[in-house]
Amino acid sequence: MIEVRALYKDWKEFALKDINLEIKKGEYFVILGPTGAGKTLLLETIAGFYIPDSGEVRIDGRDVTIIPPERRRIGFIYQDYSLFPHLNVEQNIEFGLKSRKKSASQDTNRKRVKEIMDWLSISHLAHRYPATLSGGEQQKVAIGRAIAIEPSILLLDEPLSALDRRTQDHLREELKRVKEEFGITMVHVTHDQTEALVLADRIAVMMQGRIMQVGTPQEIFNKPLNEELADFVGIENVLRGVVRINENGIAEIEVDMGVTIFAVSEYRDGAVKVFIRPEDIILSKSIGDSSARNVMNVRIKELHDMGPLTRVKLDGERSKHSKRIELVALITKQSREELGLKEGDAVYATFKATSVHVVRG
Amino acid sequence: MNSLSGWPGTEKLKREKVYILFLFLGLVLVAFVFITIGNLYYKQAEDFSGLIDAATDLVVLKAIAISITMALASTLIAFLFGVPLAYFLARKEFMGKSVIEGIVDIPLMIPHVVAGIALYGVFMRYGLIGAPLRKLGIVITDAYPGIVVAMLFMSLPYLVDTAREGFKEVDPRLENVARSLGASHWRTFREITFPLAFPSILSGAILSWGRAISEFSAVLIIAYHPISAPILIYEKFTSFGLRASRPISVLLISICLVIFIMLRWLQRRRG
Repeated sequence: MIEVRALYKDWKEFALKDINLEIKKGEYFVILGPTGAGKTLLLETIAGFYIPDSGEVRIDGRDVTIIPPERRRIGFIYQDYSLFPHLNVEQNIEFGLKSRKKSASQDTNRKRVKEIMDWLSISHLAHRYPATLSGGEQQKVAIGRAIAIEPSILLLDEPLSALDRRTQDHLREELKRVKEEFGITMVHVTHDQTEALVLADRIAVMMQGRIMQVGTPQEIFNKPLNEELADFVGIENVLRGVVRINENGIAEIEVDMGVTIFAVSEYRDGAVKVFIRPEDIILSKSIGDSSARNVMNVRIKELHDMGPLTRVKLDGERSKHSKRIELVALITKQSREELGLKEGDAVYATFKATSVHVVRG
Repeated sequence: MNSLSGWPGTEKLKREKVYILFLFLGLVLVAFVFITIGNLYYKQAEDFSGLIDAATDLVVLKAIAISITMALASTLIAFLFGVPLAYFLARKEFMGKSVIEGIVDIPLMIPHVVAGIALYGVFMRYGLIGAPLRKLGIVITDAYPGIVVAMLFMSLPYLVDTAREGFKEVDPRLENVARSLGASHWRTFREITFPLAFPSILSGAILSWGRAISEFSAVLIIAYHPISAPILIYEKFTSFGLRASRPISVLLISICLVIFIMLRWLQRRRG
């Protein structure tokens, strides 16, 4: 288990401010945040490359705040792999074994290196030097080198960001395999939301040196705590409104004169913000029977082709008293073609009360 | 680039015109060095027996041997203290860092005679360091240590500056990873940082060694004797002229060039 308590650190243009985290044993924990949030600095501080200005880091209950990195048994993987360029693949993987197991013979080490290379299917690269390897191969060697020392924790700093899509997919599976096979606690830093969604048991969102929210992927992507987080996780529809009534946990929120949204929420009154993910909005040309509580008349303002998906900008009917509501929906290209949607069309936007996330504001 | 092969030659040249201009400008300097040294050899070739005489003259050989070995000693000392300093400067930011870097570079900026006088002031019998050393029975001036002291002073910036740049090029993240793998800071330095910076350190050492051998003015002031090669050359020149001093010069340059080329070759092969 990793515990980080009230951690502060200033380093160059980066800063960590009051970081508190509890990462469980064997968990795949992702720290998600935009570039410059201080994610790498946090990871490097957990690894012991930096001593924090204040606060503490505990591993399995032991205070390691000022313990040097070589005595923490933490594997570390950087985005650019950081293989030792003057050592070949075998020697890179063996490096950690030489320092940890003083008693182990060279034969034992070699055997272990061989096992790891087999497990990662990189045995054929044993005598190659890092400069001659592809990005994916290098990252596999880096993984091999880190797990050779049988760490209890593996810290990964954007490990997939420099790779092409296909290699990313492949290595994502390798990382899952590492976690499952060895039961290593994984702490993975990334700015890529898909990566976080696919890999994480839990996610911490980090912005400007602070942890903003910790939760399951479902919580992070559907129930952000504030507008900034909503925006970061791609919730484009943010509406302001006032709760008028709440019946059995269903709040009726007036977001505009005469426009009410139903949402699953505990709030009984007061000003709120309403978040709806664009992919949760269904477009149709006619109102059919549906269990969805929210149906709005809208007009298509713009259609943007995004490969397999189409992003649709919608304008609500203008009421006399207030500004019009704007929504964004994400639909498949196929749906768009089947419905024959084009700019200016009047359509119905439907979404469920459970797809609406409500926060105070 | 293959698609260009069908182009008329002048078109290709036009694309390269900045390079061509710069090449001609640069060649002026190359020619300057080459002609100067080449002429020395050319003239000496007319007086081959003079070269043989010099090469068999024990006084000459001893002076050259002194220059080479004292320069080696100076480089080893610069290495021993300069590499740690270079690593520290490459990795740490602190108040007054630029002051330290400035102090290291002072020898590059002051006239060598001035450096010689300053060294003499410190290392002479009654000098700040010379006096206590004398009590221990160590004499610096007009002795081998004097030559080394003068050479070290003049040549140390080359080693420190080059090694520092070499260490800077070693990604600190490699050190981080090595430490996370259980290597102590010391082992990390020995097995990761130092080997990766070694080509630069060797370059610095070669520059430093070359600078040490060629030092004249500072050595002249602090240790005229035991007589080292540049001083012998100067002495012959003032007493007997160009004809007497040239063969020693040719001999010294030749030995230095051979060593220099060998080291460079070794360095290439490692890289």
